[in-house]
Amino acid sequence: MEDSALKFVGVGITMLGGAIGAGYGISNVFQAWMGAIARNPSADAKLRMVGFIGFAGTELVLLMSFVVAALLIFAV
Amino acid sequence: MGMHSPIEQFEIHDMAAPLFDVAGHPIAFTNFTLAIVVVVLMSLAFVILPVRKRSIVPGRWQVLLEAFYKVNESMLLEAAGPKAKPFLPFIFTIFTFIMMGNLLGLIPGFYTVTSQVVGNLVIAGSVILVVLATGFIKHGLHFFHVFLPSGVPGYLAPVIFPIEMVSFFIRPFSLSLRLFANMLAGHILLKVFAGMTAAIATSGWIASVGVLPLILNVAIVGFEVFVALLQAYIFTILSSVYLRDALEMH
Repeated sequence: MEDSALKFVGVGITMLGGAIGAGYGISNVFQAWMGAIARNPSADAKLRMVGFIGFAGTELVLLMSFVVAALLIFAV
Repeated sequence: MGMHSPIEQFEIHDMAAPLFDVAGHPIAFTNFTLAIVVVVLMSLAFVILPVRKRSIVPGRWQVLLEAFYKVNESMLLEAAGPKAKPFLPFIFTIFTFIMMGNLLGLIPGFYTVTSQVVGNLVIAGSVILVVLATGFIKHGLHFFHVFLPSGVPGYLAPVIFPIEMVSFFIRPFSLSLRLFANMLAGHILLKVFAGMTAAIATSGWIASVGVLPLILNVAIVGFEVFVALLQAYIFTILSSVYLRDALEMH
């Protein structure tokens, strides 16, 4: 196998790990968020900010692996 | 076939001959510069024009501006505390600029300002500089306690201090990288589906199937409008949270 082919295998593995982890994480964030609002609807406004911060932090994991994958394709 | 690469839209090219050199690097007016100028003009128009003729019963644009302003105000006061009120113009400026940059990029043919990580890094770096300056002006050298939360036992301090320091100084990078990667991924997705539509539509008898990726592309554009607003909001939320460290030491 050529080196460039292995590179794309690496890109796939990178995105696989990032997507599984971030998918699980983001589903967890929104699950907890919805559960919290369902239990206490009056806390909606207060929970909004915490929810977005949790979403942003989880999403960063996926974006990091995306950046690594993009670097593998275009920079290595 | 004339297929374009999906990342061709992010290329920067000079629009005029380089004006001058800085340490060997030619400085020219590029399409990136042009997009920034357009975004600044749009932002100014968005915040100045609606309030030139203020009225008790606001017009459409004034309602829109007031809605965005109130969202930012309540978010800032909630995230950074009541002492953060003087920073509202700063936060709202960042929000308006990023939102306009993201939305301008969605118009076909325009350059996306926020898809360049260097531009985002300047904005995020200015946020961190404001946080540092505020912290040192308000607390003096006592501000270094932000790297060492109270209640940490003494023998853990050599471990906690570097970790907190790294997590503090990685913030501008995570801020700018998040915005950059979101815009990059969204625009690449749009271009990939557009290329798919073109490839199927020119492939003979199966051409009518090409309408399916086109429909999906329309839906993705709608989703990208949501992402554009959400990313501007998340950027300002995180800036406010970082500002809280400087205003109220933990």
